[in-house]
Amino acid sequence: MTHQSTLRRSLLLAPSLAVILVLIGLPLCLMGWISFLQKGGSAGVDWNSAPSAANYVRLVWEEDFDGTMILNTSYLVIFLRSVAQAAVTMLLSLLLGLPVALWIASLSRTGRDIMLLLITIPFWTNLLVRNYAWLIILREDGWVAQAVNALSPFGPVQLLYNDVAVAIGLTYSFLPFMILPLYTVFEKFHWRLLDAAHDLGATRARALRRVVLPIATPGIVAGCLLVFIPCLGAFVTPALLGGGKTLMLGNIIQMQFGASRNWPFGAALSVVLLAVMLIVMTGMALWRNRRTA
Amino acid sequence: MSPKRFPFTREISLAVLAYLYVPVIVLIAYSFNANRTATVWTHASLDWYGRILINPSIRAAAWNSLVLAVCAATAATILALMAALAMRRAFLGRGASETVLNAPLILPEIVVAVATLLLFVSVGVQLGLGAMIAAHTAFCIPFAYLPIRARLEGISASYEEAAFDLYANRFRTFRRVTMPLLWPGVMAGFTLAFVTSLDDFLTSFFLAGPGTTTLPVYIFSAIRAGITPEINAISAVMLIVSVLLVSLSFFLGRLRR
Repeated sequence: MTHQSTLRRSLLLAPSLAVILVLIGLPLCLMGWISFLQKGGSAGVDWNSAPSAANYVRLVWEEDFDGTMILNTSYLVIFLRSVAQAAVTMLLSLLLGLPVALWIASLSRTGRDIMLLLITIPFWTNLLVRNYAWLIILREDGWVAQAVNALSPFGPVQLLYNDVAVAIGLTYSFLPFMILPLYTVFEKFHWRLLDAAHDLGATRARALRRVVLPIATPGIVAGCLLVFIPCLGAFVTPALLGGGKTLMLGNIIQMQFGASRNWPFGAALSVVLLAVMLIVMTGMALWRNRRTA
Repeated sequence: MSPKRFPFTREISLAVLAYLYVPVIVLIAYSFNANRTATVWTHASLDWYGRILINPSIRAAAWNSLVLAVCAATAATILALMAALAMRRAFLGRGASETVLNAPLILPEIVVAVATLLLFVSVGVQLGLGAMIAAHTAFCIPFAYLPIRARLEGISASYEEAAFDLYANRFRTFRRVTMPLLWPGVMAGFTLAFVTSLDDFLTSFFLAGPGTTTLPVYIFSAIRAGITPEINAISAVMLIVSVLLVSLSFFLGRLRR
């Protein structure tokens, strides 16, 4: 067999690792440092300011005119809304994705291939364009809004620019991330286990709960993470379908780098987003280990 | 026994497929609408496609997107191919290297995008096409890496052993045996990296300098200014290009070994 020397391997591997570490790892470290500095200067960061946690304090408390700190809940609300939106999207995706994954796994070889391609294609098409399509469907003078308003017993209903529209758009954007890991679990599933459960007198619901779900746990955990994480940092969907009224973390981060021009505060918000992501990932990993142990 | 015993999975799946595809179909249908107000249907026409072809800012944005995607996908594919070849055998640090290579997939894009902006501005890198190519190359690496690695795993070592037994040197073995077998995986990886770069909005949004708008950034600012039939037409073109490329990659990945 081909002998691969350490030197040759290092030379092959080093460029890609270097590109990712320099263009992704290094910027993240720098961002962590900048989050402790103050804004200022033409580039948005005052490099000479003394490091302090002021940007993190600003997330929750605000300095009053006379210097007393008062509670400012506006960022907390946006933060909680982002987590709630991501959680709702995760649950919706699971509810829709589980039956789809079960069904695809029951098809013939060709049927599976076709369905997988159909599920994957939307993932590869432009996120912006897909959300824009919902903008067209849900807009005020569109036929969907007109039909809903004609049938609505509560008078005219606004379909766009609210949390429901954002949830629809987020689920639409990330549903394939839930279906694919679930499918990889069910693909290897021994369906005879269900026969055994049935023979032992389990109802379908009980078999689902006691046989299918425990086996599907790794897929469910992976799918939930793959949906939750991009949702938490979503920018395009709330910007288009939330219409500036239902902001999420991604939008306020962008605002600090755009109109507000407070880069250190934007860096602090990004660090918080990364921290939440890490906590969720660790929590899920621990939960899975406990389940499988 | 088949899993068909779970009721309604078929009905729910078909509804989910409709949920995934109806918006796309509606968008494409409206792009052929002759009416100026993008939601009232009059009759079919290709007017808007003609208009986007002659619109200079759309043409410039499309050209930037294309140059960006070709450069980033080529660089990412070469780097990913080298990495995949290095990762064939177990070695100390392989797990850590794998994590680094796949890190761009899991990190929230907005955080990476603003962090890259901070780095580039701090060290004085000019924003624009060059900055975008560098950033796109980094996050496209895993998209190129995964199909190449999957293909490489399916290639039996015995072909290369046979080449060595027949006195082919390492370079000749790579060129005449490994590469021809690996080629579909490399093309699939390139295509996925290309589509990922072509469709990217957030990174380009932060790193585009003046005059280097890409197509998604153009679409975003156009939507902000108001919905027009031109946006429907560009969006439809972008959708169709992505679908064709992804289908191509899917079939390349499935070519017989």
